[in-house]
Amino acid sequence: MRLLVRGARVVDPASGRDETADVAIADGRIVRIAAAGAMQGFEAERTLQAAGLVAMPGLVDLCARLREPGQEHTGMLETELAAAAAGGVTSLVCPPDTDPPLDEPGLVEMLKFRARKLGRCRVFPLGALTRGLQGQALTEMAELTEAGCVGFSQADVAMKDTGVLLRALQYASTFGFRVWLRPQDAWLGGGVAASGAVATRLGLSGVPVLAETIALHQIVELVRATRARVHLMRLSSAAGVALVRAAKAEGLPITADVSINSLHLTDVDIGFFNPDMRLVPPLRQGADRAALRAALADGTIDALVSDHDPVADDMKQLPFGEAEPGATGLELLLGLALRWGADAGCPLAQALARVTCGPAGVLGAALGPLAGSAGRLVEGGVADLCLFDPGGHWAVAPERLASQGKHTPFSFAATGMALPGCVHATLVAGALAYEAGPR
Amino acid sequence: MLARRNPQLNAHGELIHLLSIEGLPRAVLTQILDTAGTFLSVSQREVKKVPLLRGKSVFNLFFENSTRTRTTFEIAAKRLSADVINLDIARSSTAKGESLLDTIANLSAMHADMFVVRHAESGAPYLIAQHVAPHVHVVNAGDGRHAHPTQGLLDMYTIRHYKRDFTQLVVAIVGDIQHSRVARSDIHALATLGVPEIRAVGPRTLVPGDLAGMGVRVCHDMAEGIRDADVVIMLRLQNERMGGALLPSAGEFFKSYGLTPDKLALARPDCIVMHPGPINRGVEIDSRVADGSHSVILPQVTFGIAVRMAVMSTIAGNQA
Amino acid sequence: MSTLSLDAEALYAELLRGVRGLLRPGGVLVGIRSGGAWLAERLQADLGLPATPGFISSALHRDDFAQRGLAGGGGATALPFAVEGAHVLLVDDVLYTGRTIRAALNELYDFGRPASVVLAVLVDRGGRELPIEAAFAAARIVLPAAQRLTLAREADGRLDFELRGGAQGR
Repeated sequence: MRLLVRGARVVDPASGRDETADVAIADGRIVRIAAAGAMQGFEAERTLQAAGLVAMPGLVDLCARLREPGQEHTGMLETELAAAAAGGVTSLVCPPDTDPPLDEPGLVEMLKFRARKLGRCRVFPLGALTRGLQGQALTEMAELTEAGCVGFSQADVAMKDTGVLLRALQYASTFGFRVWLRPQDAWLGGGVAASGAVATRLGLSGVPVLAETIALHQIVELVRATRARVHLMRLSSAAGVALVRAAKAEGLPITADVSINSLHLTDVDIGFFNPDMRLVPPLRQGADRAALRAALADGTIDALVSDHDPVADDMKQLPFGEAEPGATGLELLLGLALRWGADAGCPLAQALARVTCGPAGVLGAALGPLAGSAGRLVEGGVADLCLFDPGGHWAVAPERLASQGKHTPFSFAATGMALPGCVHATLVAGALAYEAGPR
Repeated sequence: MLARRNPQLNAHGELIHLLSIEGLPRAVLTQILDTAGTFLSVSQREVKKVPLLRGKSVFNLFFENSTRTRTTFEIAAKRLSADVINLDIARSSTAKGESLLDTIANLSAMHADMFVVRHAESGAPYLIAQHVAPHVHVVNAGDGRHAHPTQGLLDMYTIRHYKRDFTQLVVAIVGDIQHSRVARSDIHALATLGVPEIRAVGPRTLVPGDLAGMGVRVCHDMAEGIRDADVVIMLRLQNERMGGALLPSAGEFFKSYGLTPDKLALARPDCIVMHPGPINRGVEIDSRVADGSHSVILPQVTFGIAVRMAVMSTIAGNQA
Repeated sequence: MSTLSLDAEALYAELLRGVRGLLRPGGVLVGIRSGGAWLAERLQADLGLPATPGFISSALHRDDFAQRGLAGGGGATALPFAVEGAHVLLVDDVLYTGRTIRAALNELYDFGRPASVVLAVLVDRGGRELPIEAAFAAARIVLPAAQRLTLAREADGRLDFELRGGAQGR
């Protein structure tokens, strides 16, 4: 369809563009971006009047769980991709800890096929680093990449055998594949809350910062030895941030992300054992949150992720230690990025970079033909856009979320605060994946 | 995040559930201790029953076994004329996979008025209190490592009985504080009642540094911890601690931290020795001390029934 | 409308006269907390009886527990005699609905079976909701239901009435 987005404030963090302009879209691509009123000779079949709205590249979310394969019967893929579109997310990466895990090309192909048919959001799966995520035998990484995997990961399953991890990194680096690792020591990471005054007072088993720093030291050494490209998932501590900063300064091929939860919350928010605060990594202290926010601002952390996980009610309404960790996040990513940007005093483009070109840069060449245009607005590039109202606020009401995951620490009832940024429309390959209803 | 009202208190600041000592004003604690005194005298009468909970059903929901604690709650409820139902959950529906909240909903449908809950997970009673009907009250009989508020209260009653003034005392708590719900409740109660010095005594694996955040002085040396104490509370050492690489053996623990007569001699001459029970003779406490003149371990049990009667009658009389 | 003025001390003198006539040889005085307890203490001394009178708290047998919860303070029941077979003279400050007396009787019965129980009060204000009567009342008055009449004891031991609510007082 030939589509014209008229009069929006077009913000493209990658190029620095920030101006009121019209965007012409045809055949799934951005044909032209021209200053408002200067668009000539483009016959649109549909015009989106976007005055007062921001037009940005569709968000790129480096971690969202779709629970497929595994929960096809619940219609999970349909609802979660609809949630992504409602959140302005046009590309997402899903971890391999599905049921069964993504260690066979056939499973990856099926997932990509189903997502493509739905057309709401592009899905880039991570392949399992080891068969069955068991941490013993390597997966067929080349085959899986051909099937569509953008990297390899153990998800949250700790890798106990450093020998296997070393060889996995060596093998991946042979082909230039990126390995996505969560820095968590297998033996120290078993607690349900972050070690500290709150966990002690509440009598909850603690995860010390050592669990993250010991694992980071180990990963940094392995990267130094293998020159494998590694993406660190979900930093949670100030000490961890310091190690990543030093590793990057040394020039090691390391990137990192942080979740919306760790960016905004601390262990105090657990309150009276609220199971919505049962998260992995666990929420740490104020000083850690401050360090994460500074690191996201200065680029030590490349991307902000939703860490979306649609946990069912009966898995959450349990005593804290028994509750399944995870929270819904796809529809909150934009609002929480904007809130962080406002708190940090960052310009809009910088805040949006962490959910667009930043994460696209982590994916890099793995994006294939999309490498030059995902997370960006370029003429000739793919037309993945998010249109949102920067002045609007909305109250997070779990029952009104498109996702089947209703559990979030950020509900209006819990926080008393509304999120900024109301998504009006989301375009994937030039087609409307989401359009907000009339106000 | 919004500040949340302590779920144990209603809008008037009255106690409707007893989940933890944390966040309870001193006046609430003192009122329960005073009421317990009345019930102690009831226990000494010919007719030991009063009709306060007549017609009410109290369900003892013990997900963790404990005949002792369950029995004292049963006696307390019966002396208040309540009907008592004991549920041994390990052998019932939860073992068949029924969720905690489904169990509560089913029991509520049987017109339960009060749940006395012991659970292995910290915070479980809070989840229950959030989901019961307004007229139903919850008493925490111990949740994971987090709290054992009735034990904390009866320990305070015991201290008040023998020492009168909290504001002049040095209290030492010895043993596995990291894993102890009794220790946490004792610490909160002692702090709220104005005890100026609370010491946590034990090896680093069982008494970690961040306990200082709860307002205690951490001591890894037993002699330093016991010196001039007015009250010594010994905690039970569980066998699992040896398995978890926290301690090498019970014998070595006894050598360093066991309360023997010569260690006790470092405390004040009128020091009282307490223990939540059941005691491990020769592990945390020497028999000569457990059976000696400083020990108030048996009176603690008697006080425990009166304190539990006070808790149950107090919360049952307040509306949500 | 005439203002009502109750002189507690004067009424006490009247109560002492009445109790002197009512108390059997070997009988025991029992005051109901708190107002009745103060009266019983004074009566015990003024009648030249040895030691202290008994005190009863109605708190554990009240019939309004579900609405009002456990009433705090006032002190516990303390009966320094065997209730079994005793001739008990119950003393209270204000007799109104009769429910406090009913609760005090239940409390008394938890200790044994008395041979007899008679009631003497400072003021009977009518408004009975139960079949309970005082054998002696120093004054009988009628007050609107909205008004609360309570006895207070000053620091020097003097007794005083307080009337609250309605046209009279705060």
